[in-house]
Amino acid sequence: MFRKLFLKFFPRSLWVYHANSGGCNGCDIEVLNVLTPYYDAERFGIKLVASPRHADVMLCQGPAMRSTAAALKRAYEAMPSPKIVFAIGSCACGGGIWHDTYNVIGPVEKIIPVNFYIPGCPPRPEAIIYGVALAMGLVDKKVLPSSLKQEELPIPRYHPEDLEMQGDMLVYKKLEKI
Amino acid sequence: MSLLSKIKETWICLKAGKVTLPYPAKPQPAPERFRGRPIFDASKCIGCAGCANNCPAREILVFDVCQEIRILKYLGRRCTYCGRCADLCPEKAITMSKDYETATNNIADLQQRLELFMSTCQRCGRCFKEPTPLEQLKLKGYRFDDLENDRWIFKSKSYFDQFKVTDDIHIELD
Repeated sequence: MFRKLFLKFFPRSLWVYHANSGGCNGCDIEVLNVLTPYYDAERFGIKLVASPRHADVMLCQGPAMRSTAAALKRAYEAMPSPKIVFAIGSCACGGGIWHDTYNVIGPVEKIIPVNFYIPGCPPRPEAIIYGVALAMGLVDKKVLPSSLKQEELPIPRYHPEDLEMQGDMLVYKKLEKI
Repeated sequence: MSLLSKIKETWICLKAGKVTLPYPAKPQPAPERFRGRPIFDASKCIGCAGCANNCPAREILVFDVCQEIRILKYLGRRCTYCGRCADLCPEKAITMSKDYETATNNIADLQQRLELFMSTCQRCGRCFKEPTPLEQLKLKGYRFDDLENDRWIFKSKSYFDQFKVTDDIHIELD
């Protein structure tokens, strides 16, 4: 369903604007690495443009910071609709390891709505291509939240008043299960 | 001369061959010693919360439901895959996988949640003070994180209610 929607809204090439709002340039280098002939994102029609007014897709790198949040919001509003936003790297996805510093607001989804997340620090170029291919519907999603339990109820509970000396051994008279 | 240079350029291009990887069609294995997403093993974990106290991104949350059950929640959103948790784990319950294809449209897909059984003293029925600091972390009430808002709180919940930490940042956007 999402693939049909995506092809309906973006039937042709995606023009990509890449916005760094205070990252360390590690994710920038990986994004530019995607555009090299070795990974060659132009076979999907992806082209890097310099202005957000030309772009369909915004690649956000770096956390939303106090100094650049307003500029990021303006760049998002300057993009023509329909628009899609990728958060690349763990800074853009969750705020990075300095998420609670005084100048970092947090993930970019606090400022602008984010459609796709590509975690990694930095993500591999294959991971970025995988994220774009996931948005285009070429591949399937591979992660799901997991919940694991170690022990099943009931749990034995011991009471000290039920301790009794029998000979030279301590013996519990009853064992309550909760 | 022009034609000759064109022929030479064609020969160079043909000699180089095709270098583009057929990545989304064919899987591309990660290199050796690549650290991807950490995988938590609930059957090996003893619940010492050493990973939660040493995570630089503060994204492993610990919450004690009752005396015996402790919840360990890995958020995965701001993980930098540094591997300190896997390095520190005394039972080797955390392995750094080579899984890098973690792009998703919902960031909550990366969460892992463990429900752990904490053993108690067989005489008094409570957790007891352990001799080493790593074993003291098993005591109840040491970490009481905010699982709903995915917040890491170092102090107890009463401290959190007294000094409100959330919504402390207000920024004007035009």
